[in-house]
Amino acid sequence: MGKRHGESLVNKNNIMSELNLPSYLDQSEQVKDRFERMKKRPVTLQVKGLHKEFETPQGKVIALKDINFETYKREFVCVIGPSGCGKSTLIRILAGLETPTSGEVLLDGTAVTDPGPDRGMVFQGYTLFPWLTVKKNVMFGLEMAGHGNKNSEEQALQWIDLVGLSKFANSYPHQLSGGMKQRVAIARALANQPRILLMDEPFGALDAQTRAKMQSYLHEIWKNIDVTILFITHDLDEAVYLADRVLVLKAHPGEVQEVIEVPVPQPRSPDQLLSPEFLATKRRLEELIHPPEEEEGINEDKMNMVRMVDVNNEVESVF
Amino acid sequence: MFSKLFAVRKKLDSKQRIYFSILSFLTPLIIWSLISYVPFVWHPKVEITEPGDVVYFTQGMLIDREIFDREVETTRSEEKVIPQGLPANPIYLPAPHEVATALYTAFTTEPKRRSEKWLHESLWDSVQVIFWGFLISSIFGVPLGILAGTYDVFSRLFEPFVEFFRYLPAPAFGALAVAILGIHEAPKIAIIFIGTFFQQVLVISNTTRKLDPSLLEAAMTLGAKRLSLLFRVVIPGIITHLFKDLRILLGWAWTYLIVAELIGTSSGITWFITQQARYKNFDNVYAAIIIIGIIGLTTDIILATLGKKIFPWEKGTAKA
Repeated sequence: MGKRHGESLVNKNNIMSELNLPSYLDQSEQVKDRFERMKKRPVTLQVKGLHKEFETPQGKVIALKDINFETYKREFVCVIGPSGCGKSTLIRILAGLETPTSGEVLLDGTAVTDPGPDRGMVFQGYTLFPWLTVKKNVMFGLEMAGHGNKNSEEQALQWIDLVGLSKFANSYPHQLSGGMKQRVAIARALANQPRILLMDEPFGALDAQTRAKMQSYLHEIWKNIDVTILFITHDLDEAVYLADRVLVLKAHPGEVQEVIEVPVPQPRSPDQLLSPEFLATKRRLEELIHPPEEEEGINEDKMNMVRMVDVNNEVESVF
Repeated sequence: MFSKLFAVRKKLDSKQRIYFSILSFLTPLIIWSLISYVPFVWHPKVEITEPGDVVYFTQGMLIDREIFDREVETTRSEEKVIPQGLPANPIYLPAPHEVATALYTAFTTEPKRRSEKWLHESLWDSVQVIFWGFLISSIFGVPLGILAGTYDVFSRLFEPFVEFFRYLPAPAFGALAVAILGIHEAPKIAIIFIGTFFQQVLVISNTTRKLDPSLLEAAMTLGAKRLSLLFRVVIPGIITHLFKDLRILLGWAWTYLIVAELIGTSSGITWFITQQARYKNFDNVYAAIIIIGIIGLTTDIILATLGKKIFPWEKGTAKA
């Protein structure tokens, strides 16, 4: 049975290779030109030799090992990797919520040590303050920055309008749906006009439909605002659909495996989900994150499935 | 129908909830009434209606049923006038209607001595002792609890000692409180304080620690630092739970009241209760105990409603 499970994955890869896709490295002139221009922009975030170890009762665990990368101004970078690759640790270090064992993070050339409003963060869980209305939630950062009440309110209302929730400005978070909560969280982070927006699997808890909608919203916002976005996800489609470049991490220890320049032209639309460039990039990610040779390893935690259907069952086989 | 009533962790509909709430008060009342009004349930005594020829019987006297039966046998065999009596409960178990009447008459009956207080005056004394004891405890306990729950340094500084002190029974400090604070209200307030304060610090520090840490992290990424984290995130974040804790702790404060009021010169509702018990007015004793319950429940309901008013987001946090 375990064999069959392995086969189906292999089949999936076979089907994708049979599709006769271009290489994910092939870029159209337009895309190539865009990347060239992007790389001439100033660097927003620079990560140098980042290393993080945790002390656990079982001994030292290396969560991140020698991570180096940079993001350019107004770039959209996705970080993807299998569970345990330290992607959450990475974003928490970038936010200043955790300190690296060694290495440094530079934002516009200045070292990051503490959490601060120049790096907005949207968490996977809902972190709106339940005791504040939507408007007051968005005003929170502005007030912390010392803006007056009236000024903060005006700005907050603009941001709420930007995420299309003006009607809910005076609602409390518990009255909103999951997608709406995350939109408020985005507005709240953006209100501080951060240099970079860090997003830790922000749509992970949403259903597929809301998720797709939120991806479009986010792209729309990103196009119109001067902000660099670093977005963590474990969803391959999400990564390819959103990112200019995808940073692929591998697990144990967490290391950068490859930085992929997504050859799908911008601006993106859901129609591109089946374009050859999209599928080629996805196949590459698939290879990196679920490498075929590791199928043997999977057998260790395979299910011990035996046939438990009565021989005389009226349905002989479900196939 | 039946299986619906016993669905695990499912709310009954609002009508059923009201019925069962009424039933929760009705059940003890029904049991009490059964014992009081149905002659063959319990009734271990006999109230003499006609003493007959038994010398020591007087009208209205309560006597054990065995003794009464024996005297009836003796008088019958000696062909004297047989005593008459009705089954009765002991004096310490008055019937519901007697207590109900006492609930009213206790307030209208003048005290036996001029120096003594009316029931409402005694009650007012008690309420004041509770109020001050609880207020002083909260003034210190709430901030210390929040600090201990927020900063590990305060947690280590306060909690080990508080943990030790809370095992010391508050009434044990009675004699000490009287020696230091005199015999009037002060030592009583001190006992309420000792009984409440140490629990309060621990309960509130625990509540504070339960605040979702990601809210603090979110606030930090929005630029909140030190004091603004405490005042703009920690305190508003726990305030609804804090309010609930205080309601529960206020209930505990009432349980210390009776002991506290026995210290020094007995006062308040406890004085009333002991006094009435001495006069064997047990209907008044029950009435006084029930009044304590009513005051407690009413304050709690008022506070709960107040809580819903001042914390409009509470519905949401309860769900989360």
